[in-house]
Amino acid sequence: MDGNMEHFTQTKSSARADTASAPIKVDCQNIDVYYGDKQAIEDISLQIEDRSVTAFIGPSGCGKSTFLRCINRMNDTIESAKVTGKIFMDGANINDPAIDPVLLRSRVGMVFQKPNPFPKSIYDNIAYGPRIHGLASGKAEMDEVVENSLRKAGLWEEVKDRLLAPGTGLSGGQQQRLCIARAIAVSPEVILMDEPCSALDPIATAKIEELIDELRERYCIVIVTHSMQQAARVSQKTAFFHLGKLIEYGDTERIFTNPEHGRTQDYITGRFG
Amino acid sequence: MNSPSEGAANTGSFVTEEALRRLKKRHGAEARFKLYGQLAIGIAIVALVTLLISIFGQASSAFSRHVLSYDLNIEASYVDPERTRDPDTIARNVSGFNLMLQDQLADEFLSEDADRNIQRELYGMFTRLAVLPIARATADSPQTIGSEQTFNVALADDIDLFLKGGVSARKSVAVGVVAAGEGSVEDGITLTLASLDAVEKLRATLTELTRTDVDNAPAVALMKAGNTWYRLEESEGRSLSLTYLAGPRMLPSNGAAIEALVLAQSQENRTVTDRQIAWTEILRAQGRIKSKLNTTLFTNSDSTYPELAGTAAAIVGSLLTMLVTAMLAIPVGIFAAVYLEEFAPKNKLTSLIEVNINNLAAVPSIVFGLLGAAVFINFMGLPRSVPLVGGLVLGLLVLPTVIIASRAALTAVPPSIRTAALGVGASKTQSVFHHVLPLAAPGIMTGAIIGMARALGETAPLLLIGMVAFVAEVPDGPMDESTVLPVLIYKWSTGAERAWEPQTAAAIIVLLVFLVLMNLIAIILRRRFERRW
Repeated sequence: MDGNMEHFTQTKSSARADTASAPIKVDCQNIDVYYGDKQAIEDISLQIEDRSVTAFIGPSGCGKSTFLRCINRMNDTIESAKVTGKIFMDGANINDPAIDPVLLRSRVGMVFQKPNPFPKSIYDNIAYGPRIHGLASGKAEMDEVVENSLRKAGLWEEVKDRLLAPGTGLSGGQQQRLCIARAIAVSPEVILMDEPCSALDPIATAKIEELIDELRERYCIVIVTHSMQQAARVSQKTAFFHLGKLIEYGDTERIFTNPEHGRTQDYITGRFG
Repeated sequence: MNSPSEGAANTGSFVTEEALRRLKKRHGAEARFKLYGQLAIGIAIVALVTLLISIFGQASSAFSRHVLSYDLNIEASYVDPERTRDPDTIARNVSGFNLMLQDQLADEFLSEDADRNIQRELYGMFTRLAVLPIARATADSPQTIGSEQTFNVALADDIDLFLKGGVSARKSVAVGVVAAGEGSVEDGITLTLASLDAVEKLRATLTELTRTDVDNAPAVALMKAGNTWYRLEESEGRSLSLTYLAGPRMLPSNGAAIEALVLAQSQENRTVTDRQIAWTEILRAQGRIKSKLNTTLFTNSDSTYPELAGTAAAIVGSLLTMLVTAMLAIPVGIFAAVYLEEFAPKNKLTSLIEVNINNLAAVPSIVFGLLGAAVFINFMGLPRSVPLVGGLVLGLLVLPTVIIASRAALTAVPPSIRTAALGVGASKTQSVFHHVLPLAAPGIMTGAIIGMARALGETAPLLLIGMVAFVAEVPDGPMDESTVLPVLIYKWSTGAERAWEPQTAAAIIVLLVFLVLMNLIAIILRRRFERRW
């Protein structure tokens, strides 16, 4: 831990985005996360741009998923977890107790590592979110929401004839796109993806990556990935985490070609991790 | 690509002596373990089959019952001496009907001078309450008074048992024809038979059936000539000395065929007398004794007479009790489980509660009976012996079972379903009620039904709250005095008369049918609603 302190102080400046090309959507300030007595995230500050893809990379257990889960307060559901610091989204601190995590999560959608469709029909999987948030009135409107979401997730053509079939009957890749469609259906502004392709084969992965690239036009996307190639392919910004600290953050191209930091260099060249 | 079977030469160091020995040991262990498993299953199956065979074997005789089809002259002087023609008065005049039946039986079977003991033997073939259905039928249609009506009168349980082959071991022997006879019905008869061989055969059968080890009395032979029955007193050579028992009062004519019914036990050692057996055989020969499906088992309530006792009140009592139990245990159990599993903070207090719920499931059921007696009856002042109290006690008894089963079902729902629901912005309650609970429902229902099945078979706690009372009427509601099936089984099994034995087995079968039905429902629910993810 001590040895990393110097890295941390050195990289503090690099925690800012290199180029201010897009407006900032999520502004995280001094985030600490504790699981019981153990500190999982140490004082991370990071600004995420709107309408772009930000990738979090780093070795296992570095805290990238934990940090991702701070953005929609999913850590609230873990009893021992404690989050301090401020995360501003459109000027409001989402860590404020006055903000209801339920409302926050309707604006910050999430896609998980393992495809987890509800054991219901494809239609109901998509319609569930809009239904509980009252986003559609009447059957016709709901049909439209479902179709739009499935179209945006690139799944419409494949499932339009069997919307009432169980969502769990789809293939792994289709299930993951269904989960993305489900997240889109509540019209979020930010979509968090926690290793969305780790359970998928290369072809399904390619489809998801393509989809992420399209979704970038409308949403602020944050993706945690173990695959550096994937980070290089889909993201505009990359953040490298190590042992609960943010080591380096900047344009993806620069991180992968000319990392400032030795540890980043070691990781992306495969010397550890 | 050499397979090991191609010989040691090709496998090189891969198959050494040591490795082969270890392999053999491993295969041996596997085979042994399989054998143990099969043995265990075999023992379980044998136990189950033995149980079922013994219960069904015992109960089979309880599902049929012998009745006497009797042409009864409904005489007004007996059944309605005051000529009221009031149905209530007639229905309640059981002793009048009884007297009428007895007098008409006496007219048919007894001589004028028959002494009281013989009369009592004849009347003992029916229980006093056997005329109850006749009284009710007559009360329903008073116009039948004065006419002859055919009724099926239930025979006493001992006679019924005798007809089903119980009471005493027996054997029929043909003794040949009468060569000469002398004496009289009153003073004793001496017969000389045609064939010595046949008489020797009779004597051999008597010796064969005598069981000196048990009751130290020789076997007896009842002799039949035509429709008349005699008892064999002595025999020597071809001559037999007999006393008259029943039937037409006459000596066997020369040339009449004699048959003997040899009984292992003399009448001092059995519940049916020689004369009763003679009457029964006469009636059977006339085709007036019929075996009927024992519907009283389902339509009647408890009775002190096994041939009139039924399970109706206990079935209704059990159903009412189960209703109360279900209304307490299922909702409370499910809500407790959902709260503990999904909402409760994980701290010392909740783990203490959890441990205690698990302990509570292991508390002997009789303790719950004491609790019920103390709290519901003494403290809250609820009446004894009612399904409400029984249901509450059983509800508390199965509550931990329902909670544990429900929690197991909730835990089995993958956490990804919860995070998926939370991820699209559902609240905790929404995620539980929209997603987790429907997925856990089959498991919860199965647990609840199995808990209910346990409550249905529970006896001990109900004894303590007084549900063991003799209940002759079907209860009207949860506040009416009643009993339940397992308690009824317990009570019947303690009955002194032999006839309670098949009756008890039959009640056990009724209970088993209910249990199987409940388990079937549990399986169907599970199959129907189980969803895979």
